[in-house]
Amino acid sequence: MNIDTAGLGTLGVILAMALVTLATRWGGVFVMSFVPISYRVKQFINAMSGSVLVAILAPMALNGDNGARLALLTTAITMLVVKKPLPAIAAGVLAAAMFRQL
Amino acid sequence: MSGVKTELHQLNTRLVWQGFKQLVPIAVFVIAFGIAFGLAATQAELSGSMIVVMSTLVFAGASQFAALELWGPQVPLFTLLITVFAINARHLLMGATLYPWLHHLSPAKRYSVMLVASDANWAMSIQAFSRGQPGFGLLLGGGLALWSFWVFGTWLGIYFGGAIQDPMSLGLDMVMGCFLLAMVVGGEKNLRMLLIWTIAAASSLMAYRYLPDNSHVLVGALAGGVVGLFWMEQSHEH
Repeated sequence: MNIDTAGLGTLGVILAMALVTLATRWGGVFVMSFVPISYRVKQFINAMSGSVLVAILAPMALNGDNGARLALLTTAITMLVVKKPLPAIAAGVLAAAMFRQL
Repeated sequence: MSGVKTELHQLNTRLVWQGFKQLVPIAVFVIAFGIAFGLAATQAELSGSMIVVMSTLVFAGASQFAALELWGPQVPLFTLLITVFAINARHLLMGATLYPWLHHLSPAKRYSVMLVASDANWAMSIQAFSRGQPGFGLLLGGGLALWSFWVFGTWLGIYFGGAIQDPMSLGLDMVMGCFLLAMVVGGEKNLRMLLIWTIAAASSLMAYRYLPDNSHVLVGALAGGVVGLFWMEQSHEH
């Protein structure tokens, strides 16, 4: 279905996007309200919460340029050493910026 | 312990303000993404007011950029909404992972704080909970910081888009990636988590390659979750 973006069409499309996004923000909470929080469920959720991040990051590392990879590597090492997120992020971004100036 | 536990879901003005302040350093970078989005959206011939409306109501950068790819005089609505859903489906997981704490809140509060859930503030909040600290101030306050800076950045991009010529050469495209990685590395580390992460990464990459676009986050996260079910931690609670 094609929507004309002249006139109110654009607003309609944006509202539809907003509703779909809202459904994703609310949907997980809504579904969980029917699931009893057992120990197994907690274990699943706990394992899943780190996995969300890893699953976002993996393709970023694989498909990124070497600047992107260096940034991630620098962040990981800095975080292991310093254990503070902000210096780790700053070091990673700086590494990408410097690498890309070369 | 039970006294501490009931405090975890607390939510008050002080915690929200602290959460706001804690996310400001990240939100500053979100302005740069916002500028990039505002600029790209003007180039896709969206009007200034509609671009601001989109950032305000949708507040999900990656899916908004994807929408621009499909934008034109005619927009394929179904394709667009499927794309938006797939990219934002990770919010479903975020809501689910926060549920053990969210269910202490009234439904009105529960769904209100989720309005501003996004990657950075969710990651901070879930990490706080796993350390035994209250996390909803970070979720709501941090979310408000990210949201307001995102809308502000979008607005800047529409009118002063030329200011940041090349965000990639400054490494700005890596801010979110580095942030999320710092959250992973800062979390609990043991053999069990390492295996979970490895399976999650491998499944995500396989899905990225062989399954439909944008399915990799869901596939990777669910695979990691299933590993967690098969290798459960020794229960500390009983």
